[in-house]
Amino acid sequence: MSVLVSAETKVVVQGITGHQGTVHTRQMKAFGTSVVAGVTPGKGGSTVEETPVFGSVREAVSTTGANASCIFVPAPYAKDALLESVDAGIRLSVIVTEHIPFHDMLVMYHYARSKGARIIGPNCPGIASPGVSKVGIIPNVVFRPGRVGVISRSGTLTYEIVNGITEHGLGESTCIGLGGDPVVGTSFVDALPLFEKDPGTEVLVLVGEIGGTAEEDAAEYISHHFTKPVVAYIAGRSAPEGKRMGHAGAIIDRGRGTAPTKVAALEAAGARVARFPYEIPDLVAEILARGARR
Amino acid sequence: MVKLAEWRGKEVFRKYGVPLPKGHVARSAAEAETLTRDGTVPLPCVIKAQVLAGGRGKGGAVKFATTPVEARTAAEAILGLEFKGERVKEILLEEKLNLSKELYVSLALDRARRLPVLITSAQGGVEIESVVGSAIDHQPIDPFPGLTGYQKRRAAQVLGLSGGPARSLDRLLDSLWNAFVGEDAELVEMNPLAVVGDGLVALDAKVIIEDDAAFRHPEYAEIRDDRTPLEEIAREKEIAFVQLDGNIGVIANGAGLTMATLDVLKEFGGNPGVFLDLGGTDDPKKVTEAFLLMAQAHPKAVFLNIFGGVTRCDTVARGLVEAMRQVPAAERFPLVARIRGNNENEGIAILRAAGITSIPQLKESAQAVVAAAQGPT
Repeated sequence: MSVLVSAETKVVVQGITGHQGTVHTRQMKAFGTSVVAGVTPGKGGSTVEETPVFGSVREAVSTTGANASCIFVPAPYAKDALLESVDAGIRLSVIVTEHIPFHDMLVMYHYARSKGARIIGPNCPGIASPGVSKVGIIPNVVFRPGRVGVISRSGTLTYEIVNGITEHGLGESTCIGLGGDPVVGTSFVDALPLFEKDPGTEVLVLVGEIGGTAEEDAAEYISHHFTKPVVAYIAGRSAPEGKRMGHAGAIIDRGRGTAPTKVAALEAAGARVARFPYEIPDLVAEILARGARR
Repeated sequence: MVKLAEWRGKEVFRKYGVPLPKGHVARSAAEAETLTRDGTVPLPCVIKAQVLAGGRGKGGAVKFATTPVEARTAAEAILGLEFKGERVKEILLEEKLNLSKELYVSLALDRARRLPVLITSAQGGVEIESVVGSAIDHQPIDPFPGLTGYQKRRAAQVLGLSGGPARSLDRLLDSLWNAFVGEDAELVEMNPLAVVGDGLVALDAKVIIEDDAAFRHPEYAEIRDDRTPLEEIAREKEIAFVQLDGNIGVIANGAGLTMATLDVLKEFGGNPGVFLDLGGTDDPKKVTEAFLLMAQAHPKAVFLNIFGGVTRCDTVARGLVEAMRQVPAAERFPLVARIRGNNENEGIAILRAAGITSIPQLKESAQAVVAAAQGPT
């Protein structure tokens, strides 16, 4: 079983003719993803990685039945690309593009939501379920099918941690890299119910970072609604205090958002919190060996 | 982010029609005297250091003058100051207004709600963190309708305004919203917003512009936060580079992995000093440049911790080997490498051919670099 993606997932790659779009189309196909179309305005009719390229998402959807999109379009054009995919009926869009202004993302997020569409990202590695499908850029080599769900705000740190889980002899159900931007399409709290419902996930690994309050909000959700065991890690415990977003930012967060507040909130919610990435696989293995639900 | 000095923030406010005191920026005491003598800045006036840190009033960075000569003397005193580590290079001279009330108004992003939020308080003119939570009102604003009439009426109520000042607030909040969206701001703040006679005047301005929107705001390119010269070079090369006290250099890819690397080094007694985040690249030249930059920071030892995704291990290995050839012998440093992920085997082979071993586990590699930094050089 898997979360958000399935054997029926048919991906259109927006920005397929760019370097990253092409490279990752090849990688997604190698993972087993059904990549059915690419879109680059003005380049319809060509082929990339044996995938037909269309000039618009609407054409790609009507011709190929694509039902998910993966966006590599450069930041200044990413908003338009997302709105186009939503209007073409796509209900799952993974936005890999980084440096999208958050004012654009506010419009993208609320527009998508009003149409019942979900965004993963931006500035994220995407979603992968080994043996099922991958939409995004997480390296294929780190995965093995298994029972561990992973949600993370990081990119490469996610690969590091998934790789550690796999090297330990375990495997993953679905891994979602949510992205660490100020405004994300899917937060921990949005993703947790999906893993709660997924019968293929027995343990959830949550990888957070300092800044914002997404981990505290996740802890709140876990303590009331999430019944599966959780192993968490918060990166940046020893980082020098970062620049805050002015005074208004401080009063919105009201003393939350530091590593200690996140760790305390997650522990209070019953999660096991690893101090370092390499402690995660042991904690997960211990829980799986007990075999019981929390 | 680009934090604008008060006078630049006020230029933004002016562009969107926010009422401001009459004033002018100056960079010398002579200029201050001229501006007050020729009537550009009416007397009596207030003279404020243009620094980004708060608490200027208490710190002697704000003075008053009733004559051009006093303005000159005050300007001299302030321009010589070093305020909370920042040298004062600019001052803002403004007419002194008789105000009857000081209020707080800002627009910021509420990340958890994924909405902008209008923050208002009748207790302005003090640090907003010191105001009790119940005296601060938060109104989330949906980007589609934008700021609505009822939200502005509620703000007037919270601020205790009616009549002329309330009508002034209605226009002012539209201006503030347009500035927030139009300038791609992370924060627009007026503290205080003052009631002067029958209207409102923004006495202070704090505006922070988001970096990611730089492509549509070339006008902010010249304004930069304080950076060390090496940080400046890194910025031009699009490498995230932070310099602190400490003797271990860290080159990693991605913010989360960089932070995790730091956590592990600290645990084993290491003292990381320079962080360099390669981000996603498949250009070996960028890796070489990163290493040459690192060499200039003179670390005792360097830890290369890469998990290959977009950035492939073989790319990093090629860039590293080239950098090692270019670094002058006097600037060489012990190096511990750990490269994992996409094209790992190719990368490891390239490093091995150059005599560099990749240690696969994070814990062991971190211990090795801490030992290298402590050992004799």
